[in-house]
Amino acid sequence: MCTVCGCSGDGATISEAHGPSHSHAHGHDHPHTHTHADGTSHSHAHGHGHDHAHGHDHDHAHHGHDPHHHDDHHHPAPDAGTLDYGAGPARAHAPGLTQARMVEIETSILAKNDDYAGRNRTRLDAAGVLALNLLSGPGAGKTTLLVETLKALSGRLPCAVIEGDQQTDNDAARIRAVGTPAVQINTGKGCHLDAHMVGHALEKLPLPPGGVLFIENVGNLVCPAAFDLGETKRVTLISVAEGEDKPLKYPDIFEGADLVLITKADLAPHVDADMATLEANIRRINPTADILTTSSRGEIGLARWIAWLEAARAVRLNDLASAREAEASALRAAAGGAR
Amino acid sequence: MHEMAVCESLLSAMEEAAKAQNFSRVTRVRLAIGRFAGIEVEALRFGFDVVTRGSLADGAELVVLEEEGTAWCFDCSDTVPLAHRLAPCPKCGGERLLPNGGTEMKIKDLEVM
Repeated sequence: MCTVCGCSGDGATISEAHGPSHSHAHGHDHPHTHTHADGTSHSHAHGHGHDHAHGHDHDHAHHGHDPHHHDDHHHPAPDAGTLDYGAGPARAHAPGLTQARMVEIETSILAKNDDYAGRNRTRLDAAGVLALNLLSGPGAGKTTLLVETLKALSGRLPCAVIEGDQQTDNDAARIRAVGTPAVQINTGKGCHLDAHMVGHALEKLPLPPGGVLFIENVGNLVCPAAFDLGETKRVTLISVAEGEDKPLKYPDIFEGADLVLITKADLAPHVDADMATLEANIRRINPTADILTTSSRGEIGLARWIAWLEAARAVRLNDLASAREAEASALRAAAGGAR
Repeated sequence: MHEMAVCESLLSAMEEAAKAQNFSRVTRVRLAIGRFAGIEVEALRFGFDVVTRGSLADGAELVVLEEEGTAWCFDCSDTVPLAHRLAPCPKCGGERLLPNGGTEMKIKDLEVM
């Protein structure tokens, strides 16, 4: 999944929150941006062969000796006494004595991702952060919407951004240009962000207390839908130029959305967009999502989206405050009862 | 093609199970994939072969049990079987449906040595 800690995965790299230190040297950004660039080429060069050949030994050695690995919660230590070659009815150690047996698993294939997502959620709860996972096809206007939103929220709400793309630091640079800290995740060959990558990005991002974290997923109408990142809300964007039947063709990305933002509404007259049909198709796939029409450039603007955002933040903070008050009451009651 | 990432996750789950339950080879994997889990089974098979090559599950048989889908019908206020995502409610013919079953992808069991 990443080369930050060497854990097995697809060679994602993650930038620092404030970008490269040599801000004047644009052409040299990439190699200087972070220390993990050669980790990427390492994992590409060796590919699966490397992972498989080294297997668990590699992992153990890594975790045992890694001095900069602060994030134990992401990598629980392997069980003590891992390989007990004497145990079990069918240990395959003596040739000829091998016998097959069944092992019940009965867990989600993505249990690991869901576990990381749960940890991200705990962390975001503790920080009092509203986290939004922004999903869409490439070019629906996620980054432009973010840039305009951050300008509008500037000085009012603390914000931070995690940018996901296969390659380049371009989007994080656009976000940093408006004064918001941004971490770029480059997924390499990966077609989506996963909760593990986001967990590492969170380590590099100063989380604004009571603020808003925007996670801009890889532009892709299919794959990101399956991966919970630990977000509070899912926001799917579709631009008016993409065609009214996109929600029917790519239902998964719309099905999980709490909000669907129809973007580039100013272009609607130029692309013969049938807004009523588009909305009906979104409703068909997701009868409960909020739907808002926006334009980052034209008169329609972002006011309704920003109002939605502020309302979601208020609900989020109230919910967290209520939960903590309930915990505090329970603790006070317990203290009183012990007297 | 997130099926590749799903296969990597599957391999990592098998490796963890191998440590916890003391086995060194997987000869058969049974998965339950829901109709609405967003998984293309052929892509999954391709990814499985690529990702498990040289691993403890190299050459393992992949058995995919496809699970039926259900959805919540907002008009019936009930869970109904749903053949595909854009099918109408089989009870009322309505289209206000949200899948609530067959959305999971699970590892059921492994045959191991």
